[in-house]
Amino acid sequence: MRFYDLLFLAFSTLIRYPLRTLMLLIATSIGVMAVILLTAVGEGARDYITGEFKDMGTNLLIVMPGKNETTGGGSPADLAGVAPRDLTVEDAISLRQIEAINRIAPIVVGETPAQFNGLERSVPIIGTTPSFLAVRKWEMESGNFLPGVTLDRSPPVCVIGKEVESELFGKNNAIGQWLRVGDRRCRVTGVIATEGRAIGIDVQKIVVMPVSLATALFNRPSLFRIIAEARNTWEMDQIKKDIIRIIKKRHQGKEDITVIRQDAVMKSFDNIFDVLTMALGSIASISLFVAGILIMNVMLVAVSQRQSEIGLLKAIGAKNKQINYLFVTEAIILSGSGAILGLILGHTTTQVLKLAFPTFNFLPPLWASFVSLIVALVSGVIFGLLPARRASKLDPVIALSGNK
Amino acid sequence: MIHLENLCRHFEVGNQIVRALDEVDLEINKNEYVSIMGVSGSGKSTLLNILGLLDTPTSGSYVLSGVSTSKMNDDEMAHIRSTKIGFIFQSFHLIPRLTAAENVEMPMVISGLNPKERKEKVDNALARVSLTDRSDHRPEQLSGGQRQRVAIARSIVMEPDVLLADEPTGNLDSISSKEIIKLIEELNRGGLTLIVVTHDTHMGSRSDRLIELLDGKIVTDKKN
Repeated sequence: MRFYDLLFLAFSTLIRYPLRTLMLLIATSIGVMAVILLTAVGEGARDYITGEFKDMGTNLLIVMPGKNETTGGGSPADLAGVAPRDLTVEDAISLRQIEAINRIAPIVVGETPAQFNGLERSVPIIGTTPSFLAVRKWEMESGNFLPGVTLDRSPPVCVIGKEVESELFGKNNAIGQWLRVGDRRCRVTGVIATEGRAIGIDVQKIVVMPVSLATALFNRPSLFRIIAEARNTWEMDQIKKDIIRIIKKRHQGKEDITVIRQDAVMKSFDNIFDVLTMALGSIASISLFVAGILIMNVMLVAVSQRQSEIGLLKAIGAKNKQINYLFVTEAIILSGSGAILGLILGHTTTQVLKLAFPTFNFLPPLWASFVSLIVALVSGVIFGLLPARRASKLDPVIALSGNK
Repeated sequence: MIHLENLCRHFEVGNQIVRALDEVDLEINKNEYVSIMGVSGSGKSTLLNILGLLDTPTSGSYVLSGVSTSKMNDDEMAHIRSTKIGFIFQSFHLIPRLTAAENVEMPMVISGLNPKERKEKVDNALARVSLTDRSDHRPEQLSGGQRQRVAIARSIVMEPDVLLADEPTGNLDSISSKEIIKLIEELNRGGLTLIVVTHDTHMGSRSDRLIELLDGKIVTDKKN
């Protein structure tokens, strides 16, 4: 039998039973659509997260106190569980000698009550320098971000998030007012426009103040982080070495800091989302196999419905193998066109979802389309084999005397 | 052309063995016109199925055109059915979704003939059964007699040696029956060996040779 004859015969059967064909197409297409949609959500989530990181820039180095490393039985101090040396503002100042660093933003984090005109609320505090604005790519709604502040100079100024402004100042203009923060007072110089989160804190709820003011406020010299922005990405490895060298020297020769590259963090997130998307895709593939089983069931029924036709084909000289091919071809056409329908539906739906939720990017990955198509075809073959085999093994005499 | 010797076909029904054919010896020559008659359950359909290689005997030998069929596998038998044997059934067995021409084309589709050759042969076969103008009709658009003529066209399109007809007029009115009988007799005169299973005594009396079966045995074998 010629290939196009096989296709023609299979197609003519599928057209002959439109309802059955439609149901199987829907079953397969839902499976494929599920793969496309779920992987689109996974990839969208990855895009969202890495986008957040990219906003911060990939040329950032983060210096953290403490060494995240397991060393086998180190010094007695390690055994005693002595805390690592603090990272201080002076450490941050010392990093200014590295020329390849563009900006340095130390960070102190804490929480304390803020008060204005009898209204009080507890606010997260970030103590830093003006570089922070550029490093985080924040934007100001009004005013300036910590004017006149440097690593070693800290006039009593602060910048507030939008929610702090509306909650404490109401309709009053916040800029120029004195805000009481803990036992200190600082003049509000600006309001941050940016929404979202920074270091896990809602930006709209924070108060940002000079780093020295914050260390004095919390009566604690230690920094939470130092963020260093490299002039060029290719210099980052050298900068990392320099930072470790300088801090080590300042910390009595003890390497007690961890320096991570922002892009490395992003990369590991990327890997996590790769796995997540694949997991979502595999879960959705199960529905493809369910569709395959459905095809098998319906085709088994079809074999008994079409007994007399199978008998006739045998009487006019069809070999068992040819009957087998005919039914497998039908299953493949069913699952294949179902998959193509599912691809169209899946991609259309993601486009619609993009319009409906413009902030979240739905990105169906290319591999998901390929994999779902192949999984659908393979399940078509696997689940078409049993009915095809049953058809080819039919006794022609019984088949011919069966239903007309 | 057809040589049966000591041929048996037994079925097991429950604990009982039904002897559908019991030690049948039969010789049918080329171009013969043979009717097989008998009451229901006499074994005539089983005999026809075995002659058409749709069924295999329990024992005994069947030699077709000098070739023993007893050692053949499924594929070899399929090949013989495709090239040497044509079937006509009481219920026509046309594929409902295909047109008359496509139904006639089926045996050639299965044997893998190229489409150009197929077209020519389909046209010839339909012309022989006078259905050229109905070639694009589907079976449901044709009368019973026309359907059987399509089936006949399909059975001869591969130019077989033997035409096996199982109650070919069983589902037809008397006028259509006469047409069909006339048609297959013409084919027989054209050189085809014709073996017909029938209940119709009129048809039986028209054939060259009449074989009557009872309980799986040949009880009458006479030339008309």
